[in-house]
Amino acid sequence: MNVIKEAIAGTLESSDLLVKVAPGRDATREIVIRSAVMQQFGKQIRRIVEETLDALSITTASITIEDKGALDCVIRARVQAAVLRASETKELDWRSLT
Amino acid sequence: MKLRRSMLFVPGDNAAMLSTVFVHRPDSIMFDLEDAVSPSQKDSARLLVYQALRHPAYRDIEIVVRINALETEFGLKDLEAAVRGGAHIVRLPKTENPEEIGKLETHIARIEKDCGRAVGDTKVMAAIESASGVVNAVAIAKSSSRMVAIALAGFDYLVDMHTHRSDGWEPELFYARAAVLHAARAAHIDAFDVVYGNINDDEGFLREVMIAKRLGFNGKSLIHPKQIDLLHKAYAPTEEELSHAKRVVAAAEEAHRKGLGVASLDGKMVDPPVIEEAEMTLQLAEAS
Repeated sequence: MNVIKEAIAGTLESSDLLVKVAPGRDATREIVIRSAVMQQFGKQIRRIVEETLDALSITTASITIEDKGALDCVIRARVQAAVLRASETKELDWRSLT
Repeated sequence: MKLRRSMLFVPGDNAAMLSTVFVHRPDSIMFDLEDAVSPSQKDSARLLVYQALRHPAYRDIEIVVRINALETEFGLKDLEAAVRGGAHIVRLPKTENPEEIGKLETHIARIEKDCGRAVGDTKVMAAIESASGVVNAVAIAKSSSRMVAIALAGFDYLVDMHTHRSDGWEPELFYARAAVLHAARAAHIDAFDVVYGNINDDEGFLREVMIAKRLGFNGKSLIHPKQIDLLHKAYAPTEEELSHAKRVVAAAEEAHRKGLGVASLDGKMVDPPVIEEAEMTLQLAEAS
């Protein structure tokens, strides 16, 4: 799956997160995470984001996460939504979702 | 027997509610992908519901997913998310005839096979929201072995009937309530009454709950967690009903021990429907 344009998903409301996805440079995947619970859950949030992107075969992209205390399932869903929008995927392969 | 007194609507794109709603313990939770979600957020809400369905907190609560109508650009995608996510029940909106349920079943079976779920595992609920739906309610209710309930949805129905909701006895819903309920009973499935939209009017809500209860509905669709406790208390048996139910069950058990075909209580025959009703009363009391 290729990121071909900028896209966002989610909100900045409590228990949610805002995910921004943009085309990357030089075949790299850059992930920036900002969260009020960064100290306790930063590593876990990063792991979930990485796993979700791996499953979608995203190798080149710029990802920015503004987390407001979202559960793991919400993080997965918002990252998936933002990536699918950014890649203009119309027919989803459900097996590519973690 | 599964209790279905309360079915709480949760907007499918509301992350906070999807993350916490299980703490309110309604009998069923309905993740809504239809009217509660704007067209621009349908894709994101669908994924949110799919992920929430797989969350461990929802394993022991009955989860219903209201999909968009199959003729829309969203319906089939919603169905994929619901069935693959593990929803217990798919709710089809604006059901007007049994053929629509037939089409839904075909798609569900295909998805179940594809994702490794046992064929037949996903149940179905039809929402009746039009005059045609009410007229065809019996055929709809009997249209599938997957069908576990039908629900009357008042807003669209009343628009279709060229009327609107009034206060009090609400005669405008009388025929639809009676028709949907009879269809459910004839098909041996459950029936949900309409939502009550004013969450600040407990008195009005309870008045409507009592109408639904007296008519024989299993429960109501709810739009706010505060309505759950009010509803469950209203559906709880009275002390007198509970005492009678215990005596009926005791009489039936004694007759069984003695090898008698028929039990009696206070000189009256206690036949299977009476025992079944008594057992339901005990179940309601335990859950309340």
